Amino acid sequence: MSVTAGPAAGSAAAFAAAKQQGRGALVGYLPVGYPTVPGSLAALRALCGEGGEGPGVDLVEIGLPYSDPMMDGPVIQRAGTAALARGVRTRDVFAAVEAVRSTGTPAVVMTYWNLVDRYGVEAFARDLAAAGGSGLITPDLIPDEAGEWIAASQAHGLDRIFLVSPSSTDERIVATAAACRGWMYATAVMGVTGTRSASPTAAPELVARIRALAPGMPVGVGLGVSNGDQAADVCAYADAVIVGSAFIKPLLAAEEAGTPDDLSGLRAVLADLTAGVRR
Amino acid sequence: MNRAVTPTSLPDAAGHYDIFGGRYVPEALVAALNQLEAEFDAAMGDPGFWRELDDLRRNYSGRPTPLTDAPRFSRHCGNVRVLLKREDLNHTGSHKINNVLGQALLTRRMGKTRVIAETGAGQHGVATATAAALLGMECRVYMGRVDTDRQALNVARMQLLGAEVIAVESGSQTLKDAMNEAMRDWVASVDNTHYLIGTVAGPHPFPKMVKEFHRVISAEIRAQMLDRYGRLPDGVAACVGGGSNAMGTFAEFIDTPEVALYGFEAGGDGVETGRHAAAIEGGSVGVLHGMRTYILQDADGQTMESHSISAGLDYPGVGPEHSWLAATGRATYEAVTDAEAMDAFEVLTRTEGIMPAIESAHALAGVMRLGRRLAVEQPDASPTIVICLSGRGDKDVDTAIRYFGLTGKPDSATGGAA
Repeated sequence: MSVTAGPAAGSAAAFAAAKQQGRGALVGYLPVGYPTVPGSLAALRALCGEGGEGPGVDLVEIGLPYSDPMMDGPVIQRAGTAALARGVRTRDVFAAVEAVRSTGTPAVVMTYWNLVDRYGVEAFARDLAAAGGSGLITPDLIPDEAGEWIAASQAHGLDRIFLVSPSSTDERIVATAAACRGWMYATAVMGVTGTRSASPTAAPELVARIRALAPGMPVGVGLGVSNGDQAADVCAYADAVIVGSAFIKPLLAAEEAGTPDDLSGLRAVLADLTAGVRR
Repeated sequence: MNRAVTPTSLPDAAGHYDIFGGRYVPEALVAALNQLEAEFDAAMGDPGFWRELDDLRRNYSGRPTPLTDAPRFSRHCGNVRVLLKREDLNHTGSHKINNVLGQALLTRRMGKTRVIAETGAGQHGVATATAAALLGMECRVYMGRVDTDRQALNVARMQLLGAEVIAVESGSQTLKDAMNEAMRDWVASVDNTHYLIGTVAGPHPFPKMVKEFHRVISAEIRAQMLDRYGRLPDGVAACVGGGSNAMGTFAEFIDTPEVALYGFEAGGDGVETGRHAAAIEGGSVGVLHGMRTYILQDADGQTMESHSISAGLDYPGVGPEHSWLAATGRATYEAVTDAEAMDAFEVLTRTEGIMPAIESAHALAGVMRLGRRLAVEQPDASPTIVICLSGRGDKDVDTAIRYFGLTGKPDSATGGAA
């Protein structure tokens, strides 16, 4: 199958650039609105390397908090619940996209479908593209229900990142790859975010199946990676490693310590992970 | 009773009732939902499955349940004659066992050894723990922290039955969060675990499957009416939270337009106050828990907390087929307030000697109001309406004590020393 290249800022371009350097890409997740909306914009810019000494992530995944985050583990839930209690709104995600784009790093949004549905699928696609966003990761939208989103993302040149899991049949991997635009998200553990797989072979096996069934489709893997060594392991077989909970933990710790604006913990995790994907 | 399932045109193959229903789930669950659907379809055509289920219904749960004439209660219902379908007389005290027995047998058929469930008041959790004990399965029940605190008796019942009860402390710590946590468990445990959803909600095939396991309610109503009165009822009525007892009550009559279908949602303090659980009357269309349906949501699509005196109706969504029945006008849905429901609770208890679950009292109150309205609109009619008395009120005595200001102390004493 052929992969449609996105626009210049398309998220797969970040994967391709990393590949040219002979390494896997690092995708970093943070939710908008935690610890506050302005605080999250500062954290997102730090994730892109701003104010630090080393490089930032290659692609930012901006989480839009939802009241019922079925796929998220306790760490992301905690930050998301706090963000909602402090009044984060859907429209804030576009400001977050602009903040990330101001650093030159591409950004995708990750959220649950009802928020997009409620905003209006076409309106969301329009505003995401206008803010400079590259696309959308949809953890609870499978291609079977995605007709409206496929049309809107096509019209606005946005990447569609659908998920596959170890339980996906070959037929579903092929069909999901055909519906993706840009890259594919492999949830390589059977479980929620922030959890580690019991079987160390599940992730490489899933990626190998995707490679065979959808050649040329870039694959990002999320499986509870928390340090540079684990990131290096994943990059040995995947195009990108996706890290979320590990970036949020230092933000939660900073707030607990009474210094919610302290980004030094986040920068330390970032330094370890960016070094990991460059090993 | 051995009966083939009536084929209907809805849902479509992907679980849609027009714009409602479907599957808004992580890809990680699709394989399990497909397996469940295939196993359910196979079981529906397997006489051996029905034989075993019918035997459990008859000899374990106590079916068929009676259809009870309620003449003294009917005097409070305008010109309506009320008959009560006595699901309260089922083992474990409500209709919930119908669905649980069916899904537990399916679990065994799929070779799975563990069931998980969500529960609000604890009725579905108790029913699931009961079936797990009966079939020797491991059982874990997720329950919001708010609910474990106010339903300690049911927590203990589940534990006595051998189930593990997990208090969910995320989000609003109520039923919807228990459902999220059960989904998270299922994503990670799907190889050996079945998620035994307690209502006609969630991703396809749950709404269709749970309806079929509760269809026995309306099949019995139909047979009992024809046998005893030689005619069908003019209407059937039930309370609606997620909507399982109502769907069971409606199922056999959906294609019989001369039988009116009435669903009564939990109006809490009144729909106009915003403190209610009436997803159809006071909500809007959205996606929650794997389905597109009417939900309570804010301007951004964040789920809003529901409010009801009845824990079993305290849910911010509703099964997708109910949304379809409402949108097409085939069924009529109205909200009943906490105060109306508690009034009906007291009236039925005093007039018929039957203490209803507060959930079921919403249906009683709805028909009281409907009957008074019909007496004005159609004074010459004398419609017969069957109300599904979905559960018994034993579990609600604490709530009733607080609501009615009872003390639990005797009215007077006699025989002591002066």
